[in-house]
Amino acid sequence: MSATDAAPAAPGRQAAPPPTATTPGAARRTWTGSALQSVLAIVAALVLGGLLIALTDDRVVETAGYFFARPGDMVSAMWAAASSAYEAMFYGAVYNPNGNTLGQRVYPLTETLTVATPLILAGLGVAVAFQAGLFNIGAQGQLLIGAALAAYVGFAWELPVGVHLLAVIVAGALGGALWGAVVGLLKARTGAHEVILTIMLNYIALNLVAYLLTRPAFLRPGSSNPVSPQLAETAMFPKLLGEQFRLHWGFALAVLATVFVAWLLQRSTVGFELRAVGANPRAARTAGISVTRGFVVVMVLAGALAGLAGVAQVAGTERALTAGVAASFGFDAITVALLGRSKPWGTFFAGLLYGAFRAGGVTMQSMTGTNIDIVLVVQSLIVLFIALPPLLRTGRDRARSRRGRGSAATEGVRA
Amino acid sequence: MRLELQSITKRFGSFTANEDIDLVVEPGQIHCLLGENGAGKSTLMNVLYGLYRPTEGRILVDGSEVSFKGPGDAMAAGIGMVHQHFMLVPVFTVAENVALGAESTRGGALDLETTRRRIREISHRYGFHVDPDAVVEDLPVGVQQRVEIIKALVREAEVLILDEPTAVLTPKETDELLRIMRELRESGKSILFISHKLREVKEVSDVITVIRRGRVVGQTSPEASTSELAALMVGRDVSLTVAKDEAEPGECALDVSGLTVVGDNGVKLLDDVSFQVARGEILAVAGVQGNGQTELAEAILGLRERATGSVRLAGKELLGRSVRQVLDAGVGFVPEDRSTDGLVGPFTVSENLVLDLYGDDRFSRGPSLRRGEIAANARRAVEQFDVRTPSIDAPVQTLSGGNQQKVVIARELSRPLELLVASQPTRGVDVGSIEFIHEQIVAERDKGVPVLIVSTELDEVYALADRIAVFFHGRIMGVVGPGTPRDVLGQMMAGATAEEVLGGAQRHGHPHGTGHGATDPQDPNPQDPNPQDTKEQA
Repeated sequence: MSATDAAPAAPGRQAAPPPTATTPGAARRTWTGSALQSVLAIVAALVLGGLLIALTDDRVVETAGYFFARPGDMVSAMWAAASSAYEAMFYGAVYNPNGNTLGQRVYPLTETLTVATPLILAGLGVAVAFQAGLFNIGAQGQLLIGAALAAYVGFAWELPVGVHLLAVIVAGALGGALWGAVVGLLKARTGAHEVILTIMLNYIALNLVAYLLTRPAFLRPGSSNPVSPQLAETAMFPKLLGEQFRLHWGFALAVLATVFVAWLLQRSTVGFELRAVGANPRAARTAGISVTRGFVVVMVLAGALAGLAGVAQVAGTERALTAGVAASFGFDAITVALLGRSKPWGTFFAGLLYGAFRAGGVTMQSMTGTNIDIVLVVQSLIVLFIALPPLLRTGRDRARSRRGRGSAATEGVRA
Repeated sequence: MRLELQSITKRFGSFTANEDIDLVVEPGQIHCLLGENGAGKSTLMNVLYGLYRPTEGRILVDGSEVSFKGPGDAMAAGIGMVHQHFMLVPVFTVAENVALGAESTRGGALDLETTRRRIREISHRYGFHVDPDAVVEDLPVGVQQRVEIIKALVREAEVLILDEPTAVLTPKETDELLRIMRELRESGKSILFISHKLREVKEVSDVITVIRRGRVVGQTSPEASTSELAALMVGRDVSLTVAKDEAEPGECALDVSGLTVVGDNGVKLLDDVSFQVARGEILAVAGVQGNGQTELAEAILGLRERATGSVRLAGKELLGRSVRQVLDAGVGFVPEDRSTDGLVGPFTVSENLVLDLYGDDRFSRGPSLRRGEIAANARRAVEQFDVRTPSIDAPVQTLSGGNQQKVVIARELSRPLELLVASQPTRGVDVGSIEFIHEQIVAERDKGVPVLIVSTELDEVYALADRIAVFFHGRIMGVVGPGTPRDVLGQMMAGATAEEVLGGAQRHGHPHGTGHGATDPQDPNPQDPNPQDTKEQA
């Protein structure tokens, strides 16, 4: 588009609100595509991953040496390698038929749910922000601050049963919300880009927590190890299915959060505003919706959700604050939201899948010797397969509009 | 050159944009392609220009079949196109723009002298008055358009395609363009003129081909009456004038005084604008696009931060309030660009119908939306405004432009109003829907609502206005009656005050000499840098 043709409208466009949501076509399509695309991406990634497992397998390499003499050997070796790896992953993630008791047999599934809990919560934080047009890359930092605050309330305060856990949950949500609010306020005030802000705040959060873990207030008495005291029993999520499983009530919190976000986005006035801001900020503003307020609200919400992921970690799985308490959940959450197409229940199931990958990957490595990094490869392939089609389409559209800028295609469709 | 299209069909998937179209352009002929928005005119032109391949059919140049792989082939065959949006590099000079893509070089260095000479020749021959060394961004829109025509002529075009060329022009510039088109015809060039503006089409065409829904529905001569042409275009009889009674203005409702809007670059986009609108009266704001009308509408709604002065509605000050507060004060607002400002494309029809009403008690209770009420409201509005949509849950972006506009209008008229502000209420809307929308606006006036219409289409201004305010460079040139002749409005739109025009003044330059227009780099119509142009106006 040359500036010339924009000129007649230009004076009217100058004073548009300074901060605008960043949802260009390709990105929006990547984040809001159909569920079928997500499923196909998973299948394609698993197939390619299987191929990779097969091609790096010792037995396959061996049979490849005489491939032309007996090709069947290599093919069956490849099948055996890939299928046994995935089988092991399934055993580790869903159901272990070799277990002696029912408990042992379903143990893998409970592990998957345990690992999925922070992924779902943080994933919702990313998804909800995207619905308002913001790329929240900062779930990691929000999760960490939430975890730190929740942990402190958990080990330093003494409160009755029930109240204490509630206080921990609120503290975690507040911590994340605070970290998110900084982003929302800065973007609303100055128009700074949320991607930059969240990335920078991730570093601040990481180093802040590392610093806290050198202060006596956050350390176990007499120890200089960067590990906080254990949270009080009253501050922790009870186990969901008994003591032999790690699965805790934090998972129920994740389900509740999903239900809440689904209601919020589709059935509440706030969600209506947020989605309008995300899909067309100019029209939202013209309709009397405050776009800047929307940015702050959604970042507070997103941060609170990621903060809850931190609560699930310290009050559920890890039981104490360490520098590594967030693992890479905050970053994996981005992929989870992407795979879930920024829809609440989509994110929920994507979180389960990623939880299964994590839980199953360990078993796969120990049972078949397949490197656990293959799981990372599969996860990355999923992202690639989801991101690729919209990018290709955009490339094609661009090429077409370069040639023609003929709006005839759209004109035609609308006739 | 004789150009012939034989049974051209163009499909996009299952959608047929053009079906079995036959068209012959004889040498030295102005052939008009008339059709509503979305009728398939642009698709056909893009086929002709090599941007699309026809699904079926043949293109013949001087009797022999040609096949265009791209615009390059079309240009080589002598077809030139002037797009609706200009394809010019603003910071380049006219000569550089013309040379771009077909540069002649001498020893590796750019040879602009040849191009300059050609531009002067062409400019002189057709009376273009274009200086090859002027920088394009300094030129008025009308002159930029001539640069586009020169580009085609330098490449030896024998057939020129002009795609909605008058959309961006003042009436004065339009007349100038029509004159140039006639000159080109005299010299044997053929012109394919795409338009939906009946008046211009009748004035300049030799042959008129009307297309509707991708098919040729008739060929006629310019002697056909305007209503015949409109009926052909729409497929049924339409009334081009809105039946409306004399206005019965009540007390003054909207009082704008000293309204000044400053742009981000410090330039005044609206300069000390004052006017009043009474209850039960339609005030139409006329002017070429980009002369402050958009800013006026936006300032009233509260979308402009740097606005000073006063906008009082029934005595209450609106300026300085939030958009929400202004809407709550009873202002209905139809933005000029529905897709960017009026609708959220991926939202459903029913959601868009409550886009600025969702907080109303009717549609929400506490933090929850009342989805049943929202759906009921949508069914009612779709029925009442005849919105053609597959379902109230269809994304609004899948609707045609006219139906999208009906959604906006339906929403804004679905509550009791104290003021209706509508910018370009029928832009890109088919003739049939224009009639309907105009009726709704007049009905609103008859309820006693003050109405402010902003329109760059004089036909629309005449159809609706009880009084007309003409804007130029952010100022009001005068407020005149609805019977004011077209040429008077045209001169006012080019910068003459009402007194000057009606008083028979000779000069129509900038009457105020504040210079703000000339210093505004964004201004599409700066004070004519081309002295010859000004002379012609007299």
